[in-house]
Amino acid sequence: MKRLPLAYIVRNLWLRRVTTGLTALGMALVVYVFATVLMMSEGIRATLVATGQADNVIILRKGAGAEINSAVGREQVGIIETLPGIASDALGRPLVSREPVVLINLPKRGSGKPSNVTVRGTSEAGGELRPQVRLSEGRMFRRGTSEIVAGSAVVAGFQGVGLGQTLRFAGRDWLVVGVLDAGRSGFDSELWGDSEQMLQAFRRTSFSTVVLRLADENGFESLRQALEDDPRLALEAKPERVFYAEQSEALATFIRLLGSALAVVFSIGAVVGAMITMFAAVAARSGEIGTLRALGFRRSAVLLAFLGESLLLAALGGALGLLAASAMQAFDISTTNFQTFAELAFRFVLTPTIAVQAMAFALAMGVVGGVIPAWRAARLEIAECLRAV
Amino acid sequence: MFLLRLLLKNAFRHKLRTVLTLIGLVVAICAFGLLRTIIDAWYAGVEASSSTRLVTRSSISLTFQLPLGYAQRIRAVDGVRAISWANWFGGVYITERNFFPQFAIDPASYLALYPEYVIADAEKLAFLRDRQAAVVGRGLANKFGWRIGDTIPLRGTIYPGTWTFNLRAIYDGVDAKTDENQMFVHWSLINESVRQSTRRAADSVGVYIVGIDEPNNAALISQRIDALFANSLAETLTETEKAFQLSFVSMSEAILVAIQAVSLIIIVIIMAVMANTMTMTARERLAEYATLRALGFPPGFVVRLLYGESLLIAAIGGALGVAATLPLAAAFARAAGTLFPVFQVSALTMALQWLAALIVGSVAAAWPAWRMSRIDIVDGLRHVA
Amino acid sequence: MSRADPAPLIRIRRLVKNYRRGGQEIPVLLDLDMDVAAGEFVALMGPSGSGKSTLLNLIAGIDKPSSGSIEIGGVDIADLSEAELADWRAANVGFVFQFYNLLPVLSAQDNVELPLLLTGLPSRQRAERARLALTLVGLADRAAHYPNELSGGQQQRVAIARALVSDPLLIVADEPTGDLDRLTGEEILGLLERLVLDLGKTIVMVTHDPKAAAHAGRLVHLEKGVLVDALGG
Repeated sequence: MKRLPLAYIVRNLWLRRVTTGLTALGMALVVYVFATVLMMSEGIRATLVATGQADNVIILRKGAGAEINSAVGREQVGIIETLPGIASDALGRPLVSREPVVLINLPKRGSGKPSNVTVRGTSEAGGELRPQVRLSEGRMFRRGTSEIVAGSAVVAGFQGVGLGQTLRFAGRDWLVVGVLDAGRSGFDSELWGDSEQMLQAFRRTSFSTVVLRLADENGFESLRQALEDDPRLALEAKPERVFYAEQSEALATFIRLLGSALAVVFSIGAVVGAMITMFAAVAARSGEIGTLRALGFRRSAVLLAFLGESLLLAALGGALGLLAASAMQAFDISTTNFQTFAELAFRFVLTPTIAVQAMAFALAMGVVGGVIPAWRAARLEIAECLRAV
Repeated sequence: MFLLRLLLKNAFRHKLRTVLTLIGLVVAICAFGLLRTIIDAWYAGVEASSSTRLVTRSSISLTFQLPLGYAQRIRAVDGVRAISWANWFGGVYITERNFFPQFAIDPASYLALYPEYVIADAEKLAFLRDRQAAVVGRGLANKFGWRIGDTIPLRGTIYPGTWTFNLRAIYDGVDAKTDENQMFVHWSLINESVRQSTRRAADSVGVYIVGIDEPNNAALISQRIDALFANSLAETLTETEKAFQLSFVSMSEAILVAIQAVSLIIIVIIMAVMANTMTMTARERLAEYATLRALGFPPGFVVRLLYGESLLIAAIGGALGVAATLPLAAAFARAAGTLFPVFQVSALTMALQWLAALIVGSVAAAWPAWRMSRIDIVDGLRHVA
Repeated sequence: MSRADPAPLIRIRRLVKNYRRGGQEIPVLLDLDMDVAAGEFVALMGPSGSGKSTLLNLIAGIDKPSSGSIEIGGVDIADLSEAELADWRAANVGFVFQFYNLLPVLSAQDNVELPLLLTGLPSRQRAERARLALTLVGLADRAAHYPNELSGGQQQRVAIARALVSDPLLIVADEPTGDLDRLTGEEILGLLERLVLDLGKTIVMVTHDPKAAAHAGRLVHLEKGVLVDALGG
């Protein structure tokens, strides 16, 4: 079967530059919305996945769901530390961090509106359990003092948080002695201080969570069982990765669903645009179609040529939209994760899967918009076309 | 008259093209309106707030509680008319997907402060009498098919264990702004259970609702209350109910800004589609415009023809879009259920939809009108075949 | 000889027209002089590229000369601005095109009425004059028809009615029979002839068909931008 050369398709698009450009722009914007939303959803997921470590386990009160709802008493922590299968630090002590987690209000930079920031009480063990967290400035807080270190996103996003500055909360002044670079994990959005100091300041008697490292990565099931079997512990254990993935699920799903629904609705506009353009192309070139058919090109060749034109138009739009979306990677955003009520900073993450999905979405718009006009072109009778010249 | 006839006929010369353009316009105008309504819905709590209510909470953050003893002291503050309190219960009904807000309240004083929750006297009495009773909004009752007398199990996240409440009353909102998707239970029941498990955490309150007489004194009374507890173990932050609600909305600001941006993108999309339609239309009629110019019509006449046609199509699309938004919003509100307790298309939104349609119409005609007003008559006439 | 008349309707002197194509100046009309008296029917003839259409466009005021003057009814239209030219055309020129150039969305009546929109006449008078013009071309019974419901010859008659309706000084016709069969073409030319003889109209017509030109009172031959001869009739 003879096919029309690609150059014929490209030339026709180039001849109608303004029309091609406007139609592709419509599609590009739809793809931009679609890709950006997926990137946002992926960014939240990536941030919270990076927060969890493969061999860490987090222990919360049964049914608590989020760290701030949870409470683990001192006696319970004592029992947990004696459970088998927990890794030890260099000095042979079990790698267990007992952590109070609370939310405080701080004014956001720019708007000045208060938002919730997570404050975590931790210890040397806590630092050791999170190897992705490093100090980018200053030093770590000292035990037994009102010193804190701030995550980089808190420093960037909130007023009055910076190296050497003091924050007032829970009736004390806290000196920021260091800035954390938590490798784009959720810890970038937290303030860390000494565990016992936090308990005192916030007048708490129990910790919120206990984080520990397994001696053996496969030891989770036996630890969970041991915890379950002890009637004194109404607690549940989760692999840290699973826990943080759950924390991100609702927000990421909400954004993805809202965004995809919008992209589908918006695509109606862009598809209509492609249809108008392709119908006009068929009408304007009916004489040409007659000539091609008279020369011996089959109906299918005409169909493919017009469908190809629509697909190329869509691919152009898709590429433009994706390009614009990829520029979003330079931006960080921050919003309240409504599962934890705490501010979470993340960025747009473009993965190959998202790129493929976005292009597929664009091409689907091209097919839907192009197939009816192409069908009409293919069904034209030669004699009628030639009469129209 | 003559011009209008010409415009109408021109607008529908390519029926298929015009119909497709109208479909695009209707979708865009509807989507724009719905997105704006979603943003409005976010602010519904702010809109529904009363200027005679203040909210007092822990100055650290909402997750910290205040002692019950503060009630007496706040009540004694000059300008305070009434006081009540509420705790966020945070229970799960069957699964997390069924999210709706539940508050543990001091029943009599709380309902007195919220006249917008309208309850039949008999039901109110039944609710007040039974410590295990619950009152829910009409919307919530309809969503889950609850009837008076049903028992509602909730799994506690903040207050451990499984709780069972007896549905004794259903409230109706006094107007469309009132949230009908909340549940209220007795604070004393929750407090009793807390007292039994951890003595220290008992008798604590999430927020105090303070009733005042004179809205103009809100700032002054807030200061008086906060001054009362300054430098104590639990400092307070008092603000108007409106400011309190706004602080929730501002938490999701990034998402709201994104939705706002996206609602503008759909307008730009349809602008591109319609500009393309008008450009193609103008190109195809080049010879006609050249003829008109040869006959002595000024360039402005061609500009008027194109603008008129574009605005006419945009106005028809805008009218259909605005008309379609209302039933769509109603359907969306039903589908979204408790996610958006109040979902109403505002007059401002409809005005903006019209404005958007007219902007699309004029922007779409701009480029072709400019081109067509500058055509070379001789070249244009040659375009006939 | 019209040249001898003291005040010709059209008086062209030292007319030059060049076109720019790809950075090159291409001369189309070279220093051309020509007069047309009121009531004359002039046919412009010549091979393709001789400049006959350009000359017609210049006379009709839809193109501007590079230099020289075109006085029509005492007004040098070479001096007029774009906007003044448009007003001048509306008042003084009627057009007849090869492909009729009717607006497809308007009925015959509305098409004929179109030039009157520029006159400020009340709508009843507009309709009346348009009906009169249609009667004159023998299409009174087709007033409500749309162009695509009319034959080629009928469409050209509507176009002629449109050219007449504003009672212009001058009617220009560019290959008015070019798209019609011989018989219909003869009818159209007969109609144009009658406009000159009965109504005293002045017509300048471009054609490449000698049989069509025979209907004119005077033939003007152009070749490579200059008049080769001017035969009186």
